[in-house]
Amino acid sequence: MHALVQAVILGVLTGGVYALMASGQTLIFGIMKVVNLAQAALVILASYLTFSLFTLTGLDPFLSILITTPMLFVIGAAIQWALLRPLNSDEVSQLSLLVTFAVALGIEGLLAMAYNTTFRSIQPGYENFSWTVLGYQVNMVRFYAFLLSLVMLGLLYLIMQRTKFGWAIRATVQNPMSAQLLGVNSKMVAAFGFGLGAATAAASGAVFGLISPFNPGSHYDLISRLLTIVVLGGLGSIGGSIIAALIMGVGGSIIAALLSPIWSDFAFFVVLLLVLLFRPRGLFGPRMRGAI
Amino acid sequence: MSGLGLLRGVAFFGALALLPYGVGAPWILNLLIFTLMYAGLASAWNLLGGYAGYPSLGHAAFFGLGAYAIAIVFEDSVGNGYLPFFLLPLIGVGAALVSVPIGWIAMRTRADVFAIVTITLLFITQTLAFNLRSITDGAQGKAVAVPPFPVDTYGWPFYYAMLTLLAVAMGVSFYFRRSKIGLSLAAVRADEDKAHGVGVRVTGVKLIAFALSVGITAMIGGVWAYYLGFVYPQFAVDPLLTIGMVLMTFLGGRATLWGPVIGAFILVPAQQTFAYHFGASQVYLLAYAAIFLIIMLVLPRGILPTITDRLRHRNKRGPGGQQRAAASPVGNPVQAAGMIDELRAAER
Repeated sequence: MHALVQAVILGVLTGGVYALMASGQTLIFGIMKVVNLAQAALVILASYLTFSLFTLTGLDPFLSILITTPMLFVIGAAIQWALLRPLNSDEVSQLSLLVTFAVALGIEGLLAMAYNTTFRSIQPGYENFSWTVLGYQVNMVRFYAFLLSLVMLGLLYLIMQRTKFGWAIRATVQNPMSAQLLGVNSKMVAAFGFGLGAATAAASGAVFGLISPFNPGSHYDLISRLLTIVVLGGLGSIGGSIIAALIMGVGGSIIAALLSPIWSDFAFFVVLLLVLLFRPRGLFGPRMRGAI
Repeated sequence: MSGLGLLRGVAFFGALALLPYGVGAPWILNLLIFTLMYAGLASAWNLLGGYAGYPSLGHAAFFGLGAYAIAIVFEDSVGNGYLPFFLLPLIGVGAALVSVPIGWIAMRTRADVFAIVTITLLFITQTLAFNLRSITDGAQGKAVAVPPFPVDTYGWPFYYAMLTLLAVAMGVSFYFRRSKIGLSLAAVRADEDKAHGVGVRVTGVKLIAFALSVGITAMIGGVWAYYLGFVYPQFAVDPLLTIGMVLMTFLGGRATLWGPVIGAFILVPAQQTFAYHFGASQVYLLAYAAIFLIIMLVLPRGILPTITDRLRHRNKRGPGGQQRAAASPVGNPVQAAGMIDELRAAER
C-alpha cells in the first residue's frame, strides 16, 4: 500500500511535467492541424541549452528558463516560417508530419555533433533532495517542476483567453478564412503559434534535464509518450491532454512500482490501443472529419 | 503502354539478374544488396503509404519481426544455407496475419493519427525486443549461424533473395495499378468517406494493402538479418529504416510503380558514399534531414510524377499529343473515384 501511494505521488508529479510538454504539442495541432513530431526533440534541445547555461555560467536551471523560452520561441517560429509555411499543397498535413520528423532528426544530429551521444544530466546539487511528508517521499525538483507546469499552463491559458494574440489564435482555429477577413494575419499567427508551442518546450526541457538523464536520441522515447498523451486526451484539447498526462503519469509509475520500470512504456501503448478501439477521438477530442 | 512496360520490367530485372556475373568486387555487390533491399522496402511501403495514402511510420516494427524470426529459428544451424530462404514465405504470411488486428485498430484513424499510432508501434516493438530477454537476448543481440556458402560468391544468394522480393513488391504494385483494389485504394486516398458512401469496401482494401505491405517488409527483414548475421534491437527496429522507406518513395514519386525504385537507386548509393567519407553517424543524420527537407520543399510530388507532368505538358502543345495524357487512373484519385462509380454501375 505504501509503495502504491508513493507511486501515485510520483506519477502525479511526473504527469505534470508531461502535461506541460503535451500542451505545446496540442497547441500546435490546434492551430495548424500539424502533428509536430519535433516537439520532443525541441524539449531535448532545451535540456541541452539549460545544461550548457548551467555548466558554463552556473545559472540555476529554473532561472535559465527565462532565457531559453525566448530562444525556443524564435526557433519554433523560424521552423514554421522556413519549412512549414511553404508547403502549399492539398496534402499539407501529411507533408508537414514528415517535415517535422525531418526537423527532429536534424536537431538530433546537431545535438549529437555538438555534445556527442553520452548521457548527460543537470546536477545543480539539489536534484536528489526530497521532503518526507507523512512517511512519503516528495522529490523537490519534481514538486517544483509540477508547480512550474501549473504556472506555465496558467500563463498559456491567460495568453489564449486574455490577449489579442490569443484571440487571433483561437479565431484562426475556429475559422481561418473568417479570421483572415476580419484582419487577422493568419500567417503570422501560425508562425507565432508554433513559436509559442515550441516555447513551452523550454520549461519542460529544463525540468526533464533535472529529473532524468538524456542524450540526443532521448526524443524518441519522449515523443512516443507525448503522442500517446495527445491522442488519449483528444487531439487539439489542452484540458484533455493535461488529464491524459496525469493518467499516464500515474499509470506508468504504478506499473513501474508493481511490475518493473521496463514495462511502463508498454502500458502507454496498451492504453493507446484501448482508446482507439473504444473511443477513437480520445477522451475530450472534438469530432473532426478527416482527422480521426 | 503495357507492352513497353513489360519490356521495361524484363530489361530491368534481366540486367539485375546478370549483374553479379559481371561485378567482381564484393563491396559493389554489398552496395547492390542494400540498394535492392531499400528498393523492395520502399515499394512495399508505397503499397500502403502511396496507393492508400496512409503514411505508416512503423514499418520497421515488421522489418524487425522478420529479422528476429530468422535469428531465433536459425541461431544454431542453417543446414546447407538455403533453409532460411524457404522459411521466408512463412514469415511473410505470419507478419501479414499479425498485421490484420493491428491494422484493423490503427486504421480506425486517419492520416495524422495513423502515423502517430504506427510510430508508437515501432517504439513498442523496440521496447519488446530489448525487454523480452528470454527470446531476443535483449541488448546483447542475437547471432545467426553462418551459412557454408563459398567465399567467392558468398553474397549471391542474398542478392537474388532481395531481387526476388523486389520483384514481388513491384508485382503487387503493378497488380494494384490495374485492378479494382488499386482503384478502391485511390478512392480511399482521395476521400475515404465518399468512397465508403459509394460502396467501396474501405476496410477490406485497406487491410489487404496493409497486410501485403508489411508482409513483404518482414520477409526483407529476414533476409537482412541472415545477410548481416546478427540482430540488435536498435538496428532491427530502427526509425531511420522507416524514414528511409518514406524518403525514397517520396523522392521517386508516391503511387507510382517505378518511383520507389528510382528513389532507392539514387539515395542508397549516395547514403553509402556519404557514410564512407564522413563516417560519423551524426553528420549522416543531419544530411538525411537536409535531403528530406529539400525533397519536401522542392519536389513534394517526387521525381517521376514531376517528369511525367512536364512531358505531358509538352506533348499537349505538340501535334497529336492529346492521347498520351491517358495515364493510369490509380495515380489520379479524382479520376479513380469516378471510375469506381462506373465500375459499380456496370456491375449492376
